[in-house]
Amino acid sequence: MDALSELLQTAQAAIAGAGDLATLDQARVLYLGKKGALTERLKALGRLPPEERRQAGQAINEAKQALETALAARRAELEATVLEVRLAGEAVDVTLPGRGQRSGGHHPVTRTLARIEALFARIGFAIVEGPEVEDDFHNFEALNIPAHHPARAMHDTFYFDAHTLLRTHTSPVQIRVMERRNPPVRVIAPGRVYRCDSDVTHSPMFHQVEGLLVDEGVSFADLKGVLDDFLRQFFERDLAVRFRPSYFPFTEPSAEVDIQCVICGGGGCRVCKHSGWLEVLGCGMVHPAVFEQIGIDAERYTGYAFGMGVERLTMLRYGVNDLRLFFDNDLRFLRQFQ
Amino acid sequence: MKASEQWLREWVDPAASGAELAAQLTMAGLEVDRIEPAAPAFEQVVVGRVMELIPHPQADRLRVATVDVGGAEPLQIVCGAPNVSVGLCAPTALIGAVLPGGLAIKKSKLRGIESRGMLCSARELGLAETSEGLLPLPPDSRPGQNLRELLALDDVVIEIELTPNRGDCLGMEGIAREVAVLNRCEFRALPAAAVEPVLDATFPVALLDPADCPRYVGRVIRGVDPAAETPLWMKERLRRAGLRSLGPLVDVTNYVMLELGQPMHAFDLNRLTGGIEVRRARPGERLELLNGAVVEPDGETLLIADGRGPLALAGIMGGEISSCTDATRDVFLESAFFTPASIAGRARRHGLQTDASHRFERGVDPQLQRRAAERATRLLLDIAGGQPGPIVEAVAPECLPAESAIRLRPERIRLLLGLDIPVAEVEDILRRLGMAVAVEVDHWVVVPPSSRFDIRLEVDLIEEIARVHGYERLPGNRPLTRLEMPPQPERQVALARFKEVLVQRGFQEAITYSFVDPAFQAALDPARQPLTLANPISADLAAMRTSLWPGLLKALIHNQKRQQPRVRLFEHGLTFVPARDGLRQEPYLGGVLTGAALPEQWGLPNRAADFFDLKGDVEALLALTGEPEAFAFVAAVHPALHPGQCARIERAGARVGWLGALHPRVARELDIEGDAFVFELALVGLQVARVPIFCELSRFPVSRRDIAIIVDEAVAAQAVQDCIRRYGGELLRNVLLFDVYRGLGISKGQKSLAFGLILQDFSRNLTDSVVEETISGIIVGLAEQFGATLRI
Repeated sequence: MDALSELLQTAQAAIAGAGDLATLDQARVLYLGKKGALTERLKALGRLPPEERRQAGQAINEAKQALETALAARRAELEATVLEVRLAGEAVDVTLPGRGQRSGGHHPVTRTLARIEALFARIGFAIVEGPEVEDDFHNFEALNIPAHHPARAMHDTFYFDAHTLLRTHTSPVQIRVMERRNPPVRVIAPGRVYRCDSDVTHSPMFHQVEGLLVDEGVSFADLKGVLDDFLRQFFERDLAVRFRPSYFPFTEPSAEVDIQCVICGGGGCRVCKHSGWLEVLGCGMVHPAVFEQIGIDAERYTGYAFGMGVERLTMLRYGVNDLRLFFDNDLRFLRQFQ
Repeated sequence: MKASEQWLREWVDPAASGAELAAQLTMAGLEVDRIEPAAPAFEQVVVGRVMELIPHPQADRLRVATVDVGGAEPLQIVCGAPNVSVGLCAPTALIGAVLPGGLAIKKSKLRGIESRGMLCSARELGLAETSEGLLPLPPDSRPGQNLRELLALDDVVIEIELTPNRGDCLGMEGIAREVAVLNRCEFRALPAAAVEPVLDATFPVALLDPADCPRYVGRVIRGVDPAAETPLWMKERLRRAGLRSLGPLVDVTNYVMLELGQPMHAFDLNRLTGGIEVRRARPGERLELLNGAVVEPDGETLLIADGRGPLALAGIMGGEISSCTDATRDVFLESAFFTPASIAGRARRHGLQTDASHRFERGVDPQLQRRAAERATRLLLDIAGGQPGPIVEAVAPECLPAESAIRLRPERIRLLLGLDIPVAEVEDILRRLGMAVAVEVDHWVVVPPSSRFDIRLEVDLIEEIARVHGYERLPGNRPLTRLEMPPQPERQVALARFKEVLVQRGFQEAITYSFVDPAFQAALDPARQPLTLANPISADLAAMRTSLWPGLLKALIHNQKRQQPRVRLFEHGLTFVPARDGLRQEPYLGGVLTGAALPEQWGLPNRAADFFDLKGDVEALLALTGEPEAFAFVAAVHPALHPGQCARIERAGARVGWLGALHPRVARELDIEGDAFVFELALVGLQVARVPIFCELSRFPVSRRDIAIIVDEAVAAQAVQDCIRRYGGELLRNVLLFDVYRGLGISKGQKSLAFGLILQDFSRNLTDSVVEETISGIIVGLAEQFGATLRI
């Protein structure tokens, strides 16, 4: 074995034996650096006789190439090991909770209102609002409920003075809308309403959504169709819906709308008082006396109106069993609706 | 209205079962609230007649009765009732009977004496809430007869929740008519024969206020038997309707009211003077009512009076002075029509709600009075004897409700219901409802019966047709409409976006009452006098909020008391601020925050939230407008807020809200733990948004220079920043405040503010000299305006 082969072998052993990148680099400098053993041999070529130079040069270059290949391979190996070690050190417990603020949530009534508004907006109902401190005219008179009408007794009104009150329903918004614009009118009016009554099943404040559609040729059948659709979409169930004759001074014909009990499926339970039905809506065709108050031609235009209790729908949708929870604002309750 | 099924079936007897009948009524608009048995379940209770009665040898209060129950052997029964007497017929529970409440009757010994059954009171049988002694049965009852059979107890009571328009169904006759219409079956009317007078006796009646009382029918009946007993069947019907038996005179008037819907009154004739006057109350008049209350009716109240003064609140309640007693022999019967307008609201004014006022408020058939008087006379004569005088009727025909003749057009039926109902069915329905129908060329003329005074318009008739035809059989249509694209104003931020930002930043939405505790209101907004309710639900819910803070802080306290130390709540809603030009009802968005800045977690050191946490949340809201720079936070004073941590939020110089730490004094007053921070923004000012306008992007690199300056504590960071922008000119793209420092190296009363200044040009690369020139300009400006020095 000649000296070059010996050198190559020693160098290769050094490369293979390098345990880290620094040692490997030392080996590189030792053999291939400016003053490295192999470099020195290349430099010494000139001193050889010309006829030996070519062969010796070739041999040295081959050895150099072999060393470079070995160095690169070893570097790649060592780098991979280093990365592996780093990655192993950087491993985290991915089950630990994420950092930062936790998000809050909307009130369940808002959640229900948003669903109702979205459903009606899709079929072209605009969302309107009205004042909560109302006057007697808009809350009662214009809705065909004159003073001392028995229907007033059912309203348990909060008063400020003889003419000013907290609206007992969202129906006055009907009047305000029709005062402002001519038919066709297609609106829903969500909002707070107030009744002077407070017990397990009554809250002095609650929410309603009023609906009003006035146009030429509007019929009770249109009202039925819209509310049928609404209730099925709201509850996302193919519910039985029934319309029952009822009475509101500002609609004629009037109806109450029942749905098949969503708790028991109609078999009868405590919530539906064992009737299998739940009353969820009041509605009817706008009474001509209401049109007359506002100066809308009741011969040319007809319309329908409906009103629903938002808390009631929320309770039925999510199974809330106590009305009072909505206004305690207990975080343990509110967080359930995130 | 409670309707006994048995009674109903005397008028009309369709094949439908009781439950089916109830369902029919509900679907016809007479909503059945519940159906209850007329008596609870019990068996083995029979008529017993007491034959002998001896004292109990061991007990003073007990007696030993020998009771004939129809069998071969009479029973020995120990009894403690005070009214037990020889000859008395009373319900007797036999051995083996189980009474309501589960009491099982067994052979037993009471204080050593064997007892083989039990004599029962009404309460023990579940027929009354309370009772004194045994339930007396008619003396001619047959011992051994099943009590359920004797009292016809196998009946149900259908309780109907009537809408205010159906006053006609506040009598059995009205309900029966409905049932007949719905089932197309025969309606058996009551015998209508008039009672022939046997006396000439009358009592004069004058209608002094005919608009309120256009008809008053009266009749004198002399010589009724004061000892007469109301027959069992009538007592039972009254009981099933929820009325107590009070002797034949009152019972008969109540019975006729239940039967026909006509409230009546019986006066003791001998306690009347002069004549009956129907008139408004006069100043100073007083009246003691049957319930013992003394009222001083106002000038709007209609009275029945005689020569001496008030006798009764017309249509509401009789007075003590003229009422019938156990000794009354001669009576004057009243059957009047008081208009709804004359009664409505009057009973409530006196805190009363009577069966009579309930009916008159809703309306009574104006043609019914004479028939009711005849019916009551008949019943009274049958029960208690007596000689009737002739009917006296005072009437002001011009004041009676006019009969309405209503034009009904087939095309309106089709339009309103969306359905063609055949002509024959329309006419049939109307006629079954008792209406007179005349056919014209292209419409009908319909006259409703006087009992259906609620029907005045064409739409009322259409509802009747729909109701009887069946709402369930009406079609439902999907809407067909002209599509119109609604505006989508981009200059307006939707409320939902503001709410969403708060939710994302950890706030939970609350909804609190719009009326709040006046003490909270005064503590949080002492400068403004709130609108107050005349009739609040309670004193602590009497003031209309002028701010969202009272409600939110109350909710915060609620949660703090339930071990929730970290609370972030927001609410959206109206506030009510009285102003010179009227009440302002304006929507606000408000929030409260207390506890740690972040939820407790493993990766971050936690600290209490402070002013700047909430300010960050508010800034996130303002950013939605697209022009956060239009807003300014100005140090200000608010009575509810910490004087050193309070900002008025302005937009283009106008106030849009407040932000601050709750004043520690106020927090203590309201019992709030720890520091709380609050904000409130007027939505009107907040929702206006800027529509973005594109700015050219520069192709040249930015240069950043950081400077730290030292200024007095009193200098506001915002003012410094504004100054930098002013002196920075067009090259200054952005200013970033990245440090505020006080302490070592900075004199007391001063602070160091560090800014990153970002410069860029649109047309060239910035040279160092241009940058340095701009920065020095800024530094000179700051020195001039604030005496600022560069921190080195």
